[in-house]
Amino acid sequence: MKFNLFRVFVVLLFLAVPVLGVWTFVDAERWKMWFPEGVTTYAGEIDFLFDIILWMVAITFVGTEFLLVWAIWRFSKKEDGKVTYTHGNHTLEVVWSAVPALLLIFIAFSQMGAWSTIKMNFPDEGPYTVDAPMMEVIAGQFDWWVRYPDEEGNFRGEDVIDVPFDIHVPVNTKVVFRLKSRDVLHSFFVPKFRLKQDAVPGMSIPVWFEATETGSYDLICAELCGWGHYKMAGRVHVLEEQEYEDWLSQKRSELYAND
Amino acid sequence: MSSHAPATPLGIDPAGTVHSSHEHHELGFWRRYIFSTDHKVIGLQFLFTGLVMLLFGGLMAMAIRWQLAYPWTEMPLVGKILFPETGGVATPEGYTMLFTMHGTLMIFFVIIPLLTGTFGNFLIPLMLGAPDMAFPRLNMIGYWFWWPGIVLILLSFGAEGGGPAAGWTSYPPLSTIETAAPGSLQGQNLWLLSLTFVGVSSMMGAINYVTTIVKMRAPGMTYFRMPLSIWGLFISALLQLFALPVLTAAGFMQLFDRVLDTGFFTPTNTTINGLTPEAGELAAGGHPLLWQHLFWFYSHPAVYIMVLPAMGFASDILSVNARKPIFGYKPMAYSMAGIAGLGFIVWGHHMFMSGMNPAVGLVFMTATVLIAMPSAVKVFNWLGTLWGSSIRLNTSMLFALAFVSMFIIGGLSGIWMACTAVDIYIHDTYIIVAHFHYVVFAGSVLAIFGALYHWFPKMFGRMMNETLGKIHFVGTFIFTNGVFYMMHQLGIAGLMRRTADPYAYETFAHMQPMNQFISICAFCLLFWQVFFVINFFGSMFLGKRVGRNPWKACSLEWVAPSPPGHGNFDRELAVHHGPYEYGVPGQREDYCPQTVEIDAAPTPVEEPVLA
Ligand code: HEM
Ligand SMILES: [Cu+2]
Ligand SMILES: [Cu+2]
Repeated sequence: MKFNLFRVFVVLLFLAVPVLGVWTFVDAERWKMWFPEGVTTYAGEIDFLFDIILWMVAITFVGTEFLLVWAIWRFSKKEDGKVTYTHGNHTLEVVWSAVPALLLIFIAFSQMGAWSTIKMNFPDEGPYTVDAPMMEVIAGQFDWWVRYPDEEGNFRGEDVIDVPFDIHVPVNTKVVFRLKSRDVLHSFFVPKFRLKQDAVPGMSIPVWFEATETGSYDLICAELCGWGHYKMAGRVHVLEEQEYEDWLSQKRSELYAND
Repeated sequence: MSSHAPATPLGIDPAGTVHSSHEHHELGFWRRYIFSTDHKVIGLQFLFTGLVMLLFGGLMAMAIRWQLAYPWTEMPLVGKILFPETGGVATPEGYTMLFTMHGTLMIFFVIIPLLTGTFGNFLIPLMLGAPDMAFPRLNMIGYWFWWPGIVLILLSFGAEGGGPAAGWTSYPPLSTIETAAPGSLQGQNLWLLSLTFVGVSSMMGAINYVTTIVKMRAPGMTYFRMPLSIWGLFISALLQLFALPVLTAAGFMQLFDRVLDTGFFTPTNTTINGLTPEAGELAAGGHPLLWQHLFWFYSHPAVYIMVLPAMGFASDILSVNARKPIFGYKPMAYSMAGIAGLGFIVWGHHMFMSGMNPAVGLVFMTATVLIAMPSAVKVFNWLGTLWGSSIRLNTSMLFALAFVSMFIIGGLSGIWMACTAVDIYIHDTYIIVAHFHYVVFAGSVLAIFGALYHWFPKMFGRMMNETLGKIHFVGTFIFTNGVFYMMHQLGIAGLMRRTADPYAYETFAHMQPMNQFISICAFCLLFWQVFFVINFFGSMFLGKRVGRNPWKACSLEWVAPSPPGHGNFDRELAVHHGPYEYGVPGQREDYCPQTVEIDAAPTPVEEPVLA
């Protein structure tokens, strides 16, 4: 059998796919190419769900890619040209249809809890609920406006507080807000919250989160909204509860002072 | 196998043009090369036009990559053409236009026409043993209907206010309200009209493919003796037939919204940039989400239109060069049908974050994850085909193997996106960009390369150069992964797509070096295609001449002369068995063409499933 350099090279090329593929995932965290630290109550759950799928995907990826590499290596060196003449195998087909199907259904069901927690089941008792939200966030080309209601909880009238770009919220509190758009589609995305929701003109979409760590986080528009989309940046400031109360009352007094 | 043999191609002749006159009659230059009704010429017309559009789309990708690697700096070479007013520096609205047009060109002017227009036309009659398409004149008109689309989309670059810039998805109100974006002036109208022509062109093609496959198979060519390429093209044509009318209608609704203020997609009380558009002033009563439903009702099936034929080509190339029957032929065909069927009830997975009822999202999720099952079945059957085979590592085989390897990646990453909860985080990040490029570039485009190397001898009667082909393959494979693999990790780190300058955000500031690496790989990838261009055009004139069947393949196209003359086959055809009879024990040759009976009854090694 003659040693064929090109064949070895091709095998190495295909082998590099799973090897480098896995390595870059393993090392991604070190290069800061991985999930930024999550700071909401549900962030951990989303990361966990991602990881479950990651494991399944990784095993399938490595398994199938290695089989492919092995097949290229093993079966490209024959010289007698003898092949296994077969048109398939019924049992194998059943197994490799049923097993993925079951795993996939399992994956789908595993998502439902977290999804309904985040998008469907809103806190039904105070301080904030869907009907008495903490604030309204109004997206527009190319800014974010945050509106805090007046002391009676009204979002219309003289005494509402409008703040551009910066959202202030208390830590460890279930914050419910309503997301609106003034003009085109936008999307409210705070990577560290693991929260994304499109803002749609004509809709008032309830959104909730509970931040677990104080700090300031990037708010990014995640839906193409025009030429300025890339710079539609906001900040979410998660404050200690007392700090938040102080900030709010200071805003109110500024408002009254201006009157 | 059913005993009923379909009508012979000579028996039916719907257009009435194919047989009556072709025997001794020479057509003039115009009828032969320009307004030809010959499916092979039309296939090549789609091929050359599509390759030129691929170059345009590719150059735009390079401009996008330049901006992401070195934002707001002077773009070499193409910068001066794209951004003359700023001296070659990208503008934010120019960037939006770039990725809109890149996506539009690649999908509607490159991938779909190359897969269906080129190979659908070239292969269907040849692989089925038919003299031409069922409706040759419709076929010609189909190609020429593509041209107004091309002209309009190219014109839109120069439209007042710039080209369309609402993404290839064109979500309203950004796309419908003129004050929303500069490109929402005439550019968007031209975009909509252009896609209508492209749609009509695809529709004519699809009607032809389906009719030809149903009506014009050679005697003995039952459905389950058709090569998987034909199955892929057949199913994707059916998808076109069912889905495309929806896009066309939606496109007209958007056009009406724009020019007649109908307000289908405009909610009441809209103001944009402080201006109330005419439609918004009235109780417009429309809804932006309506467009998304209609658009994805077409465009999700469209992503399968963009991969099913490629799967078919890869299967055929694998089997020929593995010298072994395809493993699980019927499961392969059924899984394509399964993908297509499920493909109609999953469009909502593009809309999980859109404001659509989250409960409905759960239904779409379940349907979507299930679509990964037939995809997995296909991968396992490809591996099964290779098992126990005798692989010939020529260029087309390398591309087909690469297709399998890359499709695994693109298919697997889809699972994350399908999962509603995880998708909250990853939607519209670079992991999505990685995903669809692994399927559509690393998958379909590499399969198209494989198919070109494989069928080139049939198209032009000459071989492509193997050494250049292998050089082309190696670089393309390496750089493709260099471009797209790390996009997964960027996306997991949160990087948003469609963002002209992400580095202003704290979250993304450190990602520029990685983007530079990706961009350099992208430039190399484009440059590397020089090897393909030289080989492709050079071989057309200088390649070694070949006989009918250089790959020793079983399917019918290899029975015809290379290149086949008008009317394709110079002998009567009768099909005796499936297209993958390689390595049949007890035969003199290791392959048994479909026209030749397998004399000594084969003794299959394992349980046979050949019905
Ligand atoms: C040379 C190879 C290619 C490179 C380097 C490339 C690069 C890119 C980049 C950088 C983006 C923009 C990401 C963003 O939204 O910020 C993009 C988007 C896109 N690409 Fe490619 N691409 C390539 C080939 C293709 C091919 C062959 C297709 C065929 C279908 C394709 C389809 C798309 C689509 C549909 C989008 C999304 C456009 C949009 O969202 O408006 N690309 N590509
Ligand atoms: Cu935006
Ligand atoms: Cu989809």
